[in-house]
Amino acid sequence: MPIQYYIFLSLALFCIGIAGVLTRRNAIIIFMSIELMLNAVNLLLVAFSKMHHAVASAVDKVNTVGTDGQIFVFFVMVVAAAEVSVGLAIIVMMYRNAHSVDVNFLNRLKN
Amino acid sequence: MNVIQILFWFLSALALVSALMVLLSKNPVHSVLWLVGVFFAISGHYILLNAQFIAIVNLIVYAGAIMVLFLFVIMLMNLNKDTEPQKNIWMKLAGAISAGCFLMILVSLIKQAPELQAKTAMMKEGDIGLIGNLGKALFSTYVVPFEISSILFLSAMVGAVVIGKKD
Repeated sequence: MPIQYYIFLSLALFCIGIAGVLTRRNAIIIFMSIELMLNAVNLLLVAFSKMHHAVASAVDKVNTVGTDGQIFVFFVMVVAAAEVSVGLAIIVMMYRNAHSVDVNFLNRLKN
Repeated sequence: MNVIQILFWFLSALALVSALMVLLSKNPVHSVLWLVGVFFAISGHYILLNAQFIAIVNLIVYAGAIMVLFLFVIMLMNLNKDTEPQKNIWMKLAGAISAGCFLMILVSLIKQAPELQAKTAMMKEGDIGLIGNLGKALFSTYVVPFEISSILFLSAMVGAVVIGKKD
């Protein structure tokens, strides 16, 4: 498939994630939108790695060009898993203190 | 239109519709289930690109572990009903419009980029995404980041316990 289709698909998913962060107030939904944006970037990284592999395979049949992109996707998943564990702990603590997960309650720094 | 193109369009439509339903559904449990649908569609894309290791890791880590964690938290806090208060409609409209403007700018930028014309992603062939190649790269070139990520996980675990502890 042309690489532009993958770019457009990833952009659409990323912008849906941005719209979720901007419009929803539930902290868990905002967190899920961030996961959606991370996944859009992962999809684009894999597509670009296969694009570079296609370019290099036209010259040399046996090569490992494009491995770095997929390793990077793996590390993005590692960081996302660590981020989710800490973030959900923060949301649970916020719910325990405020009895709500509405982000508009978190305006104490304003005063 | 061959079978790969049909699968590509089907998975793309599934991913976009599920991602929209994540935002539009009122019940947080439904949002989580739609997000699992997005992850399955993206894993299908990875399989189409012959990135088998990433596809399986995406299913196990995201759809299997992270989403179950989200479901646990939602059910623990008893949020599975519509408790979100009504927000100002103009704020929602402003968020949607700004995201749409960002999308339009980036799409028009990509459309006229000369480096990306006539480039294609290799579908269903090429063996860089197989676990043998990725494992060799992970344990030779990238062994230091791999070990550092274990320290990251340890600190994340300690952080989650310290934050979530009742005191």
